[in-house]
Amino acid sequence: MTVRQRLRRKRIHLAAHVPGVDNASRPGIEFASFEHLARTAERGLFDFLLLADGPRPREHEGRIDDVDVVGRPESLTVLGALAAVTDRLGLAATVDATFNEPYELARRLATLDHLSGGRAAWNVVTSSDAFTGENVRRGGHPDRSERFSRAAEFVTVARELWDSWTPDGVSRPFAHRGRHFDIAGEFTVPRPPQGHPVVLQEGDSEEGRESAAATADVMFTRHGTLEDGRAFYADVKKRLEKYGRTPGDLKIMPAVTVVLGDTAAEARERAAGIRRQQVSPQHALRTLERLWRVDLSSYDPDGPLPEIDPVPEPAIAQGRPRHGDSVAVAEKWRALSKEKGLSIRQTVIEAGCGRPSLIGTPEAVAAELDACVRRDAADGFVLVPHLTPGGLDEFVDRVVPLLQERGAFRTEYEGATLRSHLGLSGPAGKG
Amino acid sequence: MTSSHGRRLLHLAAAVDQQRVYDADSYVGLARLAERGGLDFVTLDDTFARPGPDALSVLSRVAPATGRVGLVPTVTTTHTEPFHVQAAVATLDWVSRGRAGWRIDVSATEGEARLFGRRNAAPPDALWQEAGEVAEVAARLWDSREDDAGIRDAATGRFTGRGTLHHVDFTGSTFSVKGPSTVPRPPQGHPVRVVEATDKHARGTAARYADVALVRAVSPAQLAAARNELREAASAFGRTPDDLRVLASLVVDLGGGEYAAEPGHGGGGPRPTARGPLYRGGPVDLAELIAAWYTDGVTDGFHLTPAEPRRDLERLVNGTVALLQHRGLFRTFYPGSTLREHLGLARPANQYAVAGGTS
Repeated sequence: MTVRQRLRRKRIHLAAHVPGVDNASRPGIEFASFEHLARTAERGLFDFLLLADGPRPREHEGRIDDVDVVGRPESLTVLGALAAVTDRLGLAATVDATFNEPYELARRLATLDHLSGGRAAWNVVTSSDAFTGENVRRGGHPDRSERFSRAAEFVTVARELWDSWTPDGVSRPFAHRGRHFDIAGEFTVPRPPQGHPVVLQEGDSEEGRESAAATADVMFTRHGTLEDGRAFYADVKKRLEKYGRTPGDLKIMPAVTVVLGDTAAEARERAAGIRRQQVSPQHALRTLERLWRVDLSSYDPDGPLPEIDPVPEPAIAQGRPRHGDSVAVAEKWRALSKEKGLSIRQTVIEAGCGRPSLIGTPEAVAAELDACVRRDAADGFVLVPHLTPGGLDEFVDRVVPLLQERGAFRTEYEGATLRSHLGLSGPAGKG
Repeated sequence: MTSSHGRRLLHLAAAVDQQRVYDADSYVGLARLAERGGLDFVTLDDTFARPGPDALSVLSRVAPATGRVGLVPTVTTTHTEPFHVQAAVATLDWVSRGRAGWRIDVSATEGEARLFGRRNAAPPDALWQEAGEVAEVAARLWDSREDDAGIRDAATGRFTGRGTLHHVDFTGSTFSVKGPSTVPRPPQGHPVRVVEATDKHARGTAARYADVALVRAVSPAQLAAARNELREAASAFGRTPDDLRVLASLVVDLGGGEYAAEPGHGGGGPRPTARGPLYRGGPVDLAELIAAWYTDGVTDGFHLTPAEPRRDLERLVNGTVALLQHRGLFRTFYPGSTLREHLGLARPANQYAVAGGTS
């Protein structure tokens, strides 16, 4: 490969996601485990670490479902502490724009950007679950369009607040009057080092794609195959132009869970073992109950899937893309179970979410990641380790060097801020 | 813990407030200095009304860079979400391994209300009543996950101890919270709650919920009166008065050298100013004042706000604290690792745990 080609080569962006539920365990909530993950990600020269928001305890038959009881520390506070033990790694918090207020959240994000020397990011999500609504002043169950429109205005207001100080440190009053927010005054924090912290958005829906194209810096997706990825990528990138943005202004980073092995067969065997460990008989039944939305406690996890049809979901959906229509998914699972003769637990192991998406030798995984980026199915990946805190080490030790050999990934951090890692230009601001 | 005098050890805390400072290093520097002096905790004030960073975020950044000193940010309760506030304070306790406190304050101005656009400014008694409710719901939410919640049984994939999560079902005058919290029970059980109790509107909330009450007083007599009132009120709420630490709050200007710069200052005691009681003099005289008030039994300790942050904290640690240590009045090392241990406060039992239950 010539130098010229090397320079033009599309580089991969990498991030690590710390999930909010499931694989966590008691040691997983100690700061040391976050610190280990962050240091590993920085050792691997990752662009950023993304923390999920707190898991919502789910209720099951009127009592709190104790499969999800671990709990999680609050993201922004953990990231503040991680800023002390890392130097270059981007620090991204998932915070919902439904049950927070712009002034306070923009201020916390701006503070994190100052404390970390320009490494803060905000993964904007919306939330409609009953749990959160019952715990905040502004409760209730805002519908989908209400949530999206509030989130969009929320991001706009946050940017107005970040722009309210001049670059040379003079505070200017702000005033915003919109459908959701009518606020005015002065912001207490100077313009953040990055101008604006990096804005991430999740989502696959039409509205999600459009609003990401309009305002987000990074899009966190969950699509599956290379072909799906290419179609999604092309669709989102072509939307950028009408907002006066170039394709490079929005990075598309699908989630991947990697399982490595010295041989392909060993990797497959490890992946199967991980799934068996993740999906206990009880977990399998609960997963099914959430999909069916009825009590299935009389069913045997090692027996066949229920013949009864699921209760369709009400209009209120979760903030992130779900499996889609639950009846259709149930139909798919039943077909799978019938075809392969799988029990409830085996079906969830095979088809449930959280299964590894990339299984193979380090060489094969590096080649596939590189191919996805070169063929425009992604700009990079958000790795979701199946085990915390050690789940990232193997990837950093075995795959990152191969990506670097291919010229597909940085061999050192070139800048200090997350925007510079991502190759994003700073926001224009108001001068 | 008791000293050779047969009473609790002296407690000392310092503010690390700095005007218009947003970088991490200077806050880390001040907190480390306070830690070098063995201080119980540092406070970082916060308000939406003046320029300054989010205090809890700053102290979370300070946490891994320090090892023992308590970290007490102000977090206001008027325009914030009680549920989010308790989660952030609990998380500060996790990332500091049991060194978090929370200085509870309210936002009284119309200007602050306009920043949120949700409600108008309210009178201070209503705001402090609400602050008390936020303190109450925070304690319940901290208890809403029992300490063993989240220990997974490897065989079944389930978590041990059914009923380790609890609804809190709190309905207050301005908000309601069902719970449970999303954050595991903090290492200290309840992070230390600090209330500036000089304002009479804050007294009730301080007496009922504070582990540490701060009182601005210019004389031992004034301080003793406030302390007695707080302890009696705490008793009336069914608390043991000795579970409440009352600290005298002073602004200290140690710029005058070794001895009092002005006659009538230093040894003469602080004088009232707009910023609160101001002590101006040398570190030696300040040590005299601290020793005198403390041995008179009118205070459990002091919360000191340096007039010139770096200079005065240095003089405080190297001069005043060193002298108090020399006289056996102040610790020379941290025997404990959590803020509760520094303050001699027990880790509270979980209000939802079944007494003596192990099943």
